Amino acid sequence: MVDQMTVKAPPEDIEITGEDQDVKERKLKPLRPKEFQPVDFLIFGLSVLSTYCITWITFKQLTLLSGALGFVVVWAVLFIFCYWLVNRQLFTKQVAIDRFIASIVSLGAFLMVLPLILLTIFVITRGWALLSPHVFTSTQQGVSILSKSQTAGVAHAIVGTLEQVGLAALIGVPAAILTAIFINEIGGRFTRVTRVVVTAMSGTPAIVAGIFIYAIWIQAFHQGYSGFAGGLALAVLLLPTVTRGTEEVLKVVHQDLREASIALAAPEWRTVWSVVLPTARSGLVTAILLGIAVSIGETAPLLMTVFGNKVMNANPFSGPQAALPLMAFQQIKLPLQSEINLGYTAALVLFILVFTIFILARLLSGGRKRGGGFSALRSRIFTASVGSPASLMNEGNADGAEEAFDNIISRETE
Amino acid sequence: MTVVENNAIKKKRSVGGAGRLDAMEPTAGEINARGVYAWFGKRLVLENVDLLMEKRKVTALIGPSGCGKSTFLRILNRMHETIPIAQLAGEVELNGVNIYDPKERAAAARRHIGMVFQRPNPFPAMTIEENVLSGLRFNKIKGIDTETVIEESLTKAGLWNEVKNRLKEPGGGLSGGQQQRLCIARGLALRPSVLLMDEPCSALDPTSTRRIEQTIQEISEDVTVVIVTHNMQQAVRVSDYCAFFLAAENEPGRIIEAGETTQIFDHPVDPRTNDYVNGRFG
Repeated sequence: MVDQMTVKAPPEDIEITGEDQDVKERKLKPLRPKEFQPVDFLIFGLSVLSTYCITWITFKQLTLLSGALGFVVVWAVLFIFCYWLVNRQLFTKQVAIDRFIASIVSLGAFLMVLPLILLTIFVITRGWALLSPHVFTSTQQGVSILSKSQTAGVAHAIVGTLEQVGLAALIGVPAAILTAIFINEIGGRFTRVTRVVVTAMSGTPAIVAGIFIYAIWIQAFHQGYSGFAGGLALAVLLLPTVTRGTEEVLKVVHQDLREASIALAAPEWRTVWSVVLPTARSGLVTAILLGIAVSIGETAPLLMTVFGNKVMNANPFSGPQAALPLMAFQQIKLPLQSEINLGYTAALVLFILVFTIFILARLLSGGRKRGGGFSALRSRIFTASVGSPASLMNEGNADGAEEAFDNIISRETE
Repeated sequence: MTVVENNAIKKKRSVGGAGRLDAMEPTAGEINARGVYAWFGKRLVLENVDLLMEKRKVTALIGPSGCGKSTFLRILNRMHETIPIAQLAGEVELNGVNIYDPKERAAAARRHIGMVFQRPNPFPAMTIEENVLSGLRFNKIKGIDTETVIEESLTKAGLWNEVKNRLKEPGGGLSGGQQQRLCIARGLALRPSVLLMDEPCSALDPTSTRRIEQTIQEISEDVTVVIVTHNMQQAVRVSDYCAFFLAAENEPGRIIEAGETTQIFDHPVDPRTNDYVNGRFG
């Protein structure tokens, strides 16, 4: 929108020969009509400030109202009104309405992001105290009430979580992708039933997944608690998320490509394997990441399957294991402050772990950025890098579906 | 391609399938449609179409929108049946072999009868050379000098000089016209007997269109070309033979007139053909 309204080319392309200063200046100034000028920032800032003052006077001086929430709400409403009024006075009606709507929408977006920011700050401030390299290398083995709080670590929980989620992904992701391929590519009489079941599954309470695995694996087969049982329970939760995500991504792959492949005499499985999946690769990674994100933070299903452990148990197939979310849950219930702090540290480490996995997966799955060490590595790992012709994707590019649920994941710059 | 490579293709084709198409030589062929009917659901869209498309010639299918040209084209390489509600009747013979014979596999027919679509559709996840080789890869044809195939196919499609230094770049990075020629190269790499083109230039600018038309002329020395076009001038420029399709309101499409292009455009027999080629309707 803004780009289309740019009237003049950037100044370096223009040769100025004329003597008229006016013409020269007009030529040199690239126009971006919708861009925020300093005066607009001033209007914005003054509106914020003045409405704050009005709210303060109303709250603290004129009335007996109190409470931070009420203050913020009144302030926001007043601001939007004031901002509209000022723009109405200074500019046209269109500008005022435009900015009025824009500020409402921005406020909504801000309200959505705010809890996430607060949550992050909360976990970081609580967990920061105990965070040190030591935490990543030691366990709770031999840690008693009397020992110093710095001696305990979360290494056993990191190992446990990685193994459980890894197993869950190993079991769940192929099943989910196959299910999505069945729904979207093969179809037939059972497509709708499958889709309904998957949708219903995504509503499964996490604790039910835990009880389910407890009943059919631990009880029925007389197995003990183990990381593998936890992996099974997490796979149950991961399956519907990844299936739905993959399905959305496959839908965006244009039918033209499938036809092209069929016209080259490719069998159906070849079309899916060599054309559809590679085209949707970047979106697939997002779908898988979403599934992992869902399962990595689950506590309830782990209660009855991995049970928790204070010492390192690297074997996921036998004996109770620790897991980061489970450890956070169990520690925070304990009475001592040092124990509670360790729980917050476990939560913070979980945060760090999730971010690391996301960033690694993003880098490996390959954005459209070319060059650099990583893309060289990438092109060796994967057969090709993505550069989709815009015309072939419904949403404009291969990541159309990805963008739909990409608000969780920070993207590389394009 | 060398003799060894030809044998590799032939060998591959003779293994497995019982159909005669599997054993067919990869040379230009004539394609003969007899009594072709087509339905979408219960609606008849094509009625009793007979058309012979001669070896190493360009046949243009012309006619207004919705007259069944594209449907007919897609029947020629068994793409019509990929649409769930589509049905058909009749015979299509490639060098005397009915491709709808129950013994013949659809994939075997498509290997001999390639197709280029309206919108350029190179595989976005593949590089230029992978795009060219995709047909061979899909059909597990091995023992072929891939570099020769790449150069030969791209040269025939008139794209070699433009892309020879960036074969490892994604196919999506090319311009629209180049992408379409890449699709032609991709089709040619399988050494088809016939190449079908469904309005290959309708999404392209005039320069690219001219380039594609030139390519069509060049490849028609090796393969039989059937092209659907809405552009009369294009039909005149590229085709040797022409078939005029027309569907009256609520009626299925039929061939009104077919023959040499000069004949159809200069001395049409049917008044409706005359009206259409002179731009009086449609």
